[in-house]
Amino acid sequence: MPIFIDRRLNPKDKSLGNRQRFLRRARDDLKRSIRDHVRTGRIADIDREHAVPMPRKGTSEPTFGDDKESGRRQHILPGNRTFSPGDLISKPGGGGGYGSAPGTTESEDDFRFVLSREEVLDLFFEDLELPDLVKLNLKQILSFKPRRAGFTASGAPTNINVGRTMRNSHGRRIALRRPKQAELDAIALQIAELEAKPASAAMSERIAALREEFDRVERRRRRIAYVDPVDIRFNRFDPQPVPNASAVMFCLMDVSGSMGEREKDLAKRFFVLLHLFLTRRYERTEVVFIRHTHEAKEVDEHTFFYHTESGGTVVSTALEEMHRIIEERYPVAEWNIYAAQASDGDNFATDSERCIELLDRKLMRLCQYFAYVEIIDERESHIFGSTENGTSLWRAYNAVDGKWPNFQMRRIAAPADIYPVFRELFARQPDLRKSA
Amino acid sequence: MVSQAHKSELLFSGSDWDFNKLSRVYDEIEAIGLEELRLDIYPVQMEIISSEQMLDAYSSVGMPLMYRHWSFGKHFLYNELLYRKGARGLAYELVINSNPCIVYLMEENTMALQALVTAHAALGHNHFFKNNHLFRQWTDAGGILSYLDFAKSYIARCEERHGLAAVEAILDSAHALMEQGVFRYHRPPRLSSEQQREGLRERLEYEERSFNDLWRTLPPSQESDDTKTAADDDAAERKKSLNLPEENLLYFLEKNSLVLEPWQREIVRIVRVIAQYFYPQRQTQVMNEGCATFVHYTLMNMLFDRGRINEGAMLEILRNHSNVVFQPAYDDPRFSGINPYALGLDMMQDIQRISTAPTAEDRDWFPDIAGHGDWRDTLLDAWANHRDESFIRQYLSPRLIRKWRLFVLADGADEPHYEVASIHNERGYGKIRSALAQSYDIGANRPDIQVVDVDLLGDRHLRLQHVVKDGVMLEGQSRDATLRHIRNLWGYDVSLAAIDAGTGAMLSERWTKEL
Repeated sequence: MPIFIDRRLNPKDKSLGNRQRFLRRARDDLKRSIRDHVRTGRIADIDREHAVPMPRKGTSEPTFGDDKESGRRQHILPGNRTFSPGDLISKPGGGGGYGSAPGTTESEDDFRFVLSREEVLDLFFEDLELPDLVKLNLKQILSFKPRRAGFTASGAPTNINVGRTMRNSHGRRIALRRPKQAELDAIALQIAELEAKPASAAMSERIAALREEFDRVERRRRRIAYVDPVDIRFNRFDPQPVPNASAVMFCLMDVSGSMGEREKDLAKRFFVLLHLFLTRRYERTEVVFIRHTHEAKEVDEHTFFYHTESGGTVVSTALEEMHRIIEERYPVAEWNIYAAQASDGDNFATDSERCIELLDRKLMRLCQYFAYVEIIDERESHIFGSTENGTSLWRAYNAVDGKWPNFQMRRIAAPADIYPVFRELFARQPDLRKSA
Repeated sequence: MVSQAHKSELLFSGSDWDFNKLSRVYDEIEAIGLEELRLDIYPVQMEIISSEQMLDAYSSVGMPLMYRHWSFGKHFLYNELLYRKGARGLAYELVINSNPCIVYLMEENTMALQALVTAHAALGHNHFFKNNHLFRQWTDAGGILSYLDFAKSYIARCEERHGLAAVEAILDSAHALMEQGVFRYHRPPRLSSEQQREGLRERLEYEERSFNDLWRTLPPSQESDDTKTAADDDAAERKKSLNLPEENLLYFLEKNSLVLEPWQREIVRIVRVIAQYFYPQRQTQVMNEGCATFVHYTLMNMLFDRGRINEGAMLEILRNHSNVVFQPAYDDPRFSGINPYALGLDMMQDIQRISTAPTAEDRDWFPDIAGHGDWRDTLLDAWANHRDESFIRQYLSPRLIRKWRLFVLADGADEPHYEVASIHNERGYGKIRSALAQSYDIGANRPDIQVVDVDLLGDRHLRLQHVVKDGVMLEGQSRDATLRHIRNLWGYDVSLAAIDAGTGAMLSERWTKEL
């Protein structure tokens, strides 16, 4: 008899270490693939599993192998039906061939495999040189929800817990030996029986004793209530602070001709990042896309990123549109409102004043957070990097920035610049409520 | 009478398995195997695993223990993908050449399949591992698991001490040379240090005894000739001291590289030992699978004939059996080379036939085994003493060549046509047989690359030589990448010269400097 070993219950994922080593090895290629995915995919798609092609670079395993294009060789094949020695068969063009001839089987390098959600995020964030802040979980208390928390002796009648109350009453009745109705009935029955019999002195004495007993029991029953106020228990509710469960994110973008591929790509990464933060914190996240030229329109995601439109640039139209949508669909009591605006900074000089006013008077009161990124050329980044002056919109927003702590603005020229915008958000979050 | 009735009872019915049934079936199969086929096996250890664990085992070259490396992760992903897409089923079993012989059974298998797998792996493969001369001589079945255990923990320790990247670099380089990390023809020189010292002493003694000052007084021959021979002598002496030429590149690098740290040497050695361990398996694919398939087919039929398994189970077994030995013709879209299971089984059944019912043709081709009746002996002898190449050269019969309709296609890279060289006729039998045998000769088919020279006292330039047979060169890109790996291990310049086997002319030379 052989030895049997049941290995089915052994710990799983024996090859996890190998997988991690492989991903680390292929990091660069995988990062590129995720990046392409960010560029082409939907914003909300980043935060999930995702199939990537097997990276070639760095994961080939070279060995000395024969060059199929040189030399003479022989193939031994089964199933000859028609050939005679000396027959010539023309070679099929473009690789391929008869069986053992090269190139018929799928190569191990051409396949896609699935990265888990965590792995995708890991790769994505590494590209932005993020620290582990994504996992940072700051709760923002916006409403209270009653939650059951044991029992209490006082409360509103609607909250009486009948089961618990009756249990207490039962216990008390046993402890104080409250006579039961059956006892009373038994005495009454005895009296009735005796009274039915012919009267005698002994009998009437007995009846009197019984009546006294009956009265005593009845009195006791009356004194010890069936349900006493001390028995009563109420369900207790604690007001539990809950983060408001839903958030809406407004993506505002200038789509006039001056925003090219690169600018849109950067803007998209910025939106993706904000979306990621929000999905981590809220149960439900909606995204509203507003694009604008000299007039603003709410559009779907595809149109937002891929359709260009010509026209001037009037930023305030977008802010007005956003305000209109908030009034219409997203009451502030129920929604956390976040806004992310991306632009190259062009605006009509007179319009900037209007933007300041809109933000200051209306929007900043409604928004949890408003982030503005100005996408600039990489060559300009070291000129404008830290100076106060810049485009008309930049100067205008500077005024808002000083006034509102939940307003962020940043110039970005490369993906790595995006993250600090959010770092600010997380660093300031705790005292945000105090100041607001 | 009672025992008779007991004997004809079914071993199992229904498709669910449990450990009692497995054990009963194993005992019965083992008894028949040892008695009827005269098999000789290692004790068996059966392990039940899930499909995921099977994938794990696949990706770490089929071993239960393996060190960690990214390439195994890559293979895992690949196999997992094929499996999930349904492009490929998992093997029903996996068997490890160890003592005790470890057989993995998948939990998803039905009882009939478990019986089939038991006969196939626990008897067939097991017998082959224990008896084939290649395995006996070259692998250490008793020690492999503990060695792998050592390798795994050693490499893990190195990773801790020297960092993942450093260990990975060495493993990558060593893996690239795994093909060139085996001794094909001779076993590694394994003199004990005492013997070594003894040999050295004897040599010195001999030199002292044969010393004669007279030789010094001989007049030098011609001037130019003399310097040349002196240089040649130097080179010859140098090569002799390093045991050059050397075919086992990993061995050479491990012993002679000047840049490797001791732990790096040990890692190279681990990779080399594992490569060597698998070398016999690669040389005996047809025989190993053929032996296992022949054994399971024969044993299962015997069990059925004795009434120990019912028709339903037998039908399932036969269905799986015929899937395994399916061999499409060359022009079938499913064709992907010759199926070793099919070829092995057919050849072994053919030997059975030749032994018991030979034709006149068989008597001409196999005078020593035709009709001598005891096919078991012939098979046991073949299993013990052959590898694929010699087995086919010895036993492929004309009848089988006709049955398979084998033909040889000559393929010159620079010609626009394939030419049909031989078919299954009187003139072709011999040629097909030797061509097929040749195609299974791993030693001859893999690129022949050797270390030919290195001047350790000079520029330490490592010279490799690739002997080009039939004009088949090395594929350029992977050659360059592999050379880079050799350079990593050697630490100094490496060059690879392609030498034509026929003429001895140098066809090309590649230096790591040019890369």
